[in-house]
Amino acid sequence: MKFFDDIRVGEVSDLGRHTFTAEDIKSFAARFDPQPFHLDEAEAARSHFGRLCASGWHTACIWMRLLIDFRRREDEERRARGEAVGQLGPSPGFRNLEGSQPVYVGDTVSYTTEVIERRPWASRPGWGIIFVRNTGVNQHGEPVISFTSSAFVERREREPQTQ
Amino acid sequence: MPRLHWEDFSPGQVTECGPRLITRAEIIAFAAEYDPQPMHLDEAAARASLFGGLVASGWHSCCLLMRMLTDGMLAETSFMGAPGVEEVQWLAPIRPGARVKARATVLETRASRSRPDLGFVKLRLELVDASEQPIMSLMVSPMFGRRDARSPAGAQPRASPEL
Repeated sequence: MKFFDDIRVGEVSDLGRHTFTAEDIKSFAARFDPQPFHLDEAEAARSHFGRLCASGWHTACIWMRLLIDFRRREDEERRARGEAVGQLGPSPGFRNLEGSQPVYVGDTVSYTTEVIERRPWASRPGWGIIFVRNTGVNQHGEPVISFTSSAFVERREREPQTQ
Repeated sequence: MPRLHWEDFSPGQVTECGPRLITRAEIIAFAAEYDPQPMHLDEAAARASLFGGLVASGWHSCCLLMRMLTDGMLAETSFMGAPGVEEVQWLAPIRPGARVKARATVLETRASRSRPDLGFVKLRLELVDASEQPIMSLMVSPMFGRRDARSPAGAQPRASPEL
């Protein structure tokens, strides 16, 4: 992870993509979101979705996984260049998650994250908080997920900052 | 046939689901698949983090809430999914051995303007620990089928009926 000090508003990162298989969709749903339209093709065909589709939580969890994989690759590159690596801290939450279009079997979703705001964390001098807008778009260019999340990120200098 | 439809919800209703014991093994298994950060995977690394010990991923909290709510409430309703999630606040981490309860409070109900077969129920969902301390708070307005709705056959396969 970049240090908080090096993160700029407007930065966009391409996190990669994921193809949702029927097996994948059902396995997630059976554990965490066992609705008939996420578990069974025939039930899904009778539902308002029309076809088997992924849980929105599944679509969001894949964003998380791709984000962590992306950060890990970045960190490895930084270490290879002999640079220090910042820590990604906890997240207070997210808002405005929209699933404007279902994710159907066989859909490939491409995810991105964009920094929209950054500010120091007043009560913890060694940390700042960033707000990011996350999106996932299917192979037809249609948005399938978007949300705004926040996370604490380590500062380069663990000293009180004046800002 | 579902027992509860959109008409059966009214503001102020509270449903509790659980409690459920959260194990170290399931915290690590979820993290390995969807959120492989050290504080969710490895006790020693987690001790060095801001959390001071192993904690569940926030997305795991969401998934646990969804599963508990489905088993304890949604499975007997005409639940049709939600077009989004308004807000999630991760207030405290889930640690191994925690006993958590899910709680749903109905805030308001609203008929769909474009789809006479369904309505929205705005819910505040909470995950609390054994001493009623909040772990997570979530605002969401899922869709529920109406009691007298005809079969959705022929309906548009869309997740967002307002669009």
